[in-house]
Amino acid sequence: MLFKGRAFKFGNDIDTDAIIPARYMNTSDSMELAKHCMEDADPEFVNKITPGDIIVAGKNFGCGSSREHAPIAIKYAGISGVVAKSFARIFFRNAINIGLPIFESPEAAEAVNEGDQIEIEAETGVITNLTRGETYQAKPFPGFMQELISSGGLMAYVREKGVKNG
Amino acid sequence: MGMTISEKILAAHAGKKYVEPGELINAKLDIVLGNDITAPVAIKEFENLGLNKVFDPDKVVLVPDHFTPNKDIKSAEQAKVLREFAYKYNLTNYFEVGRMGIEHCLLPEQGLVLPGDLIIGADSHTCTYGALGAFATGVGSTDMAAGMATGESWFRVPETIKFVFYNKLKPYVGGKDLILYVIGLIGVDGARYMAMEFTGETIKELSMDSRFTMANMAVEAGAKNGIFEQDEKTLAYIEKRAKRPYTLYQSDANANYDRIIEIDVSKIEPQVAFPHLPENTRPISRVGKVEIDQVVIGSCTNGRIEDLRIAAKLLKDKVVHPRVRLIVLPGTQEIYLQAVREGIAETVVQAGGVFSTPTCGPCLGGHMGILAKGERAVSTTNRNFVGRMGHPQSEVYLSSPAIAAASAVLGRIADPKEVDEDAV
Repeated sequence: MLFKGRAFKFGNDIDTDAIIPARYMNTSDSMELAKHCMEDADPEFVNKITPGDIIVAGKNFGCGSSREHAPIAIKYAGISGVVAKSFARIFFRNAINIGLPIFESPEAAEAVNEGDQIEIEAETGVITNLTRGETYQAKPFPGFMQELISSGGLMAYVREKGVKNG
Repeated sequence: MGMTISEKILAAHAGKKYVEPGELINAKLDIVLGNDITAPVAIKEFENLGLNKVFDPDKVVLVPDHFTPNKDIKSAEQAKVLREFAYKYNLTNYFEVGRMGIEHCLLPEQGLVLPGDLIIGADSHTCTYGALGAFATGVGSTDMAAGMATGESWFRVPETIKFVFYNKLKPYVGGKDLILYVIGLIGVDGARYMAMEFTGETIKELSMDSRFTMANMAVEAGAKNGIFEQDEKTLAYIEKRAKRPYTLYQSDANANYDRIIEIDVSKIEPQVAFPHLPENTRPISRVGKVEIDQVVIGSCTNGRIEDLRIAAKLLKDKVVHPRVRLIVLPGTQEIYLQAVREGIAETVVQAGGVFSTPTCGPCLGGHMGILAKGERAVSTTNRNFVGRMGHPQSEVYLSSPAIAAASAVLGRIADPKEVDEDAV
């Protein structure tokens, strides 16, 4: 799968309160959450993006709360994927579980500028910067996580395997 | 090669003799936890599977604690989802308002989480139970849904950083100061994906309440879990609460650690984390004059009886500064009652503070103490991110209950010694 969009840059330690503030968490409606995506980091963010655009951030993206509302808000705002220097643990799990494509690439996180046109090939993790004519390689996922991703997330995977709980 | 306590618990739950860092395992869960924010998403996913029961109705725990007593119609609808799910699937451990507490104060108190357990909770501070020698970690709603269905979850076995604390603590230095100091030392991603094991002679002297505070904030260093080995204090805490068998584990002498960090606690002053990251710590002597508008004492980090006792000791026969709002929220109904019996509630109210029902409320900017633009709070909670407690241009300073209480009296961030007449 190929993603293509403009890069929106964020710094280090972007926390889940910045991605989706808790004041909006009296609902789990995905479209409602999407309206407030990244609001406390950039109040104009949702008005600036067009579907397919890509978030490029520094280290420890998604630190803080376990709220799955964070990757949900990003996904339903129309962001096609997140590239970061590194991801916080729970956000990493949540993104894979709900099918938000994420790519760990310190190189891309450094080199990409705000507004650059980016293309990502999900299967290989090859990130192409069309504006600057550069390519970067994201860290590959372990086999089991690739299985989760290609199933379409954790619940699809659980369904595929069949649940025996009695 | 030996194993750490974290590796032993994971191995036992995966039916393996040995695991090592980096290994991906599938493991059986002792407890799956959710709250009024995370569980509704999990419940929707669970219902989509079309099952007629959860894996074990005694092992799924639901606690409506974040926006309760419900702050608005939407949050009331979310709490209702939990309630109806609990009745539909005959869950033993659903805790209604009035019989509940903040989840991470409540579960240990009720004996629902025990040494040697493997626990996932759809709340990042689930790592609190590591204080009991359990492997407990925060996950999202989808992991919770899969856990409720299958009783299992996948884990990457984490590397462990061992922290060895030695020497005696200074007055008014406790678990909160130690963990803030550690986060200041290694940073908010210093233990990312890893286990933090807290050991040493200082830890042996540390109360269970202080240990809960430390394990609670392991996630603020990016850790998967924080963990303590069990000792006589753990067993004394568990003795009257456990209703099922449990297993004690210790790390092997030849266990493998990513790093070992030794910390001389006699050099550590009371700590304050400045906005907007828990790693922005300063010793109290280097805080300077920071005037405040609000003080919050409570939360899953510092809402236990020891915390309230320290605060009450400093508030006794004093009044809250005229410009400051003091909000004290005990962690559970049991702690609330104990605080009433000991006169703590009266001390707080006499001082001019609010003493109210257990809720996560202000910690995450939910309700019960939201900050306006430009306001500053000293809080015993766990996060001081931008907008965490209200307006994006408000500020949160994290501290112990002792600093928080002293600050409430003086209207600025204060050293507890400044209001303690017994201190020299």
